[in-house]
Amino acid sequence: MPETIIELNNVWKTYYMGNNEVHALQGISLKVKKGEFVAIMGPSGSGKSTAMNMIGCLDVPSKGEVYLSGKDIMNMSESNLAQVRGRKIGFIFQKFNLINTLTAKENVILPMILQDMTKQERELKAYEILKLVDLTDRMNHRPNELSGGQQQRVAIARSMAMNPEVILADEPTGNLDSKSGSTVISFLKKLHKEKGTTIVMVTHDEHIAHNAERIEYIKDGKIEKVKHNK
Amino acid sequence: MAKIIEYFSIATSNIGKRKLRSWLTMIGIFIGIAAVVGLISLGQGLEKAIETEFQKLGSDKIIVTPAGNVYNSIPDEDTPGKLKEDDEKVINRVRGVKTVALTNFKVSEIKWGKEDIGFYFVSGNPTKNDESSLTQEVYAVTIIEGRYLKPDDKFKAVVGHDYATSTAFKKNLHPGSTIIINNQEFEVVGVKDKLGNEGDDRTVIIPRDTYFELFDTKEYPDTIIVQVNKEFTPDDVAESIKKELRKERNQKEGQEDFAVKTLQEYLTSFLTILNIVQTVLVGIAAISLLVGAIGIMNTMYTTVLERRKEIGIMKAIGARNSDILFLFMIESGFLGLVGGVIGVLLGLGFSNLVASIGRQILGTKLLMATSPWYLIVGALAFAFIIGMLSGVLPAKQAASLKPVETLRYE
Repeated sequence: MPETIIELNNVWKTYYMGNNEVHALQGISLKVKKGEFVAIMGPSGSGKSTAMNMIGCLDVPSKGEVYLSGKDIMNMSESNLAQVRGRKIGFIFQKFNLINTLTAKENVILPMILQDMTKQERELKAYEILKLVDLTDRMNHRPNELSGGQQQRVAIARSMAMNPEVILADEPTGNLDSKSGSTVISFLKKLHKEKGTTIVMVTHDEHIAHNAERIEYIKDGKIEKVKHNK
Repeated sequence: MAKIIEYFSIATSNIGKRKLRSWLTMIGIFIGIAAVVGLISLGQGLEKAIETEFQKLGSDKIIVTPAGNVYNSIPDEDTPGKLKEDDEKVINRVRGVKTVALTNFKVSEIKWGKEDIGFYFVSGNPTKNDESSLTQEVYAVTIIEGRYLKPDDKFKAVVGHDYATSTAFKKNLHPGSTIIINNQEFEVVGVKDKLGNEGDDRTVIIPRDTYFELFDTKEYPDTIIVQVNKEFTPDDVAESIKKELRKERNQKEGQEDFAVKTLQEYLTSFLTILNIVQTVLVGIAAISLLVGAIGIMNTMYTTVLERRKEIGIMKAIGARNSDILFLFMIESGFLGLVGGVIGVLLGLGFSNLVASIGRQILGTKLLMATSPWYLIVGALAFAFIIGMLSGVLPAKQAASLKPVETLRYE
């Protein structure tokens, strides 16, 4: 039985908008095991992005527990959370979120700088992963010189910089045409298959979600149903 | 930490991305640094020039003046103390005194040629050999035309540089010309070299005996110049002179009607004044640095606001608060540093320009802008630190941003 990497246990998240309480998550529970490819699906406003932020240690719950490799993130300092994000989690965002002043290669290298990797290691690693996403010929271009699909592949490369245990992809195809979208998905599948990387993908697109091994349907801040593909 | 070096390159590329704004921000710093560096260089140069000038006069001299008349201003009825002709004897008795010379000066009407009439300094100087050369040394007299006064000269005069060269006068004076002082004709025998100030360059020197005859005044010396024997220290001799003069006049310490100062003391008081002036000027220049620092702070706040999303991304991919803090502080420090480099260059240019204009106007070769390496290094370090400090608050704000909120922000 593979170990559990992510565990959300009865997690609540409440936002305050003026005097109104908004419960984005209402007791969600979820487990992701090592090597799984899981999709989280739900309509907008269902709380899937909030759930994603919890899994990614970008936010802490109002109530409940979030475990990452068995560690409770509630008790971690902001600086420790940053360390965890940097070493264990790779992010892919809907809007790519590359840094526009840096080239593709520099974007990929940035997480490695933040983790104090040596220059030699960085260069080698950056080349290796840019090759994996088929972008070695564009690595000295800045994001605004790349197509959406290419930018998202740079983002995939960046997410892999520190060999994370989990890659979190938040609507990775949301801003792409269907052709670029399927290229991106095929790279994610390749990663999952060849490197055994755990992938959690948030999407509202049933078709995209079917690439995952398991789909968790979320509604009103709770898991509504689970579907296993294949 | 290899990270720091990377931060520098990230920071420079960020600054490079916003060229116009970065330049405008840096103007604030480089004007301030230029002013500070320029003023300090000039001040140091001036100090050096004064020291050199004093060294030429020799440090073995002591000047005795009436009290309250420390800087040889024009003696008048209000001058509380008076020197006496007999003081010469008293001073001569003091151990370590080599030569004593008495001088007088006053403002008088001087005429030469129809239109050239004015009131200028007339100085009565001793003409006896030792005393004469001592006076010439202390008053920095160098003859460029003709000769200086001889022991038995009577109605002869040595004139300042301006009389021989100034275009302000219709008729210029040279050895052999005639000059009328207080209705008495004098023959010009020599012309003094330029000293660079109008007071000195328009002074007429006549023999001291003739001076008393001419102005019919009582024989009170205005200044007594003392040269000290080589084996004695001027400070000790000055103390003994004070003691003897006090005894002679029955005065208590602190109530003297005369002042005794070594040239070294004159130098020290000059430099003290110069330092005060310099401090005030640099203080004023520092205000512009403060304004520059606020400019950097303003730019950094704008930058933090613009780059909220970037900060969020960096946090998401593992940047700690301290990483963001450093990154922004280095960036603002860099703005300061580049501003500082330009400021130092401008300051050096400015001070050298002013010094060369000064040399032209004053006709002295001594005035040089002096910029020691520690001034330059100090100014650069200071500019960097100012930049960093201005960035502290904006950087703290950046570091405290929550990644979720900034990523949502468009």
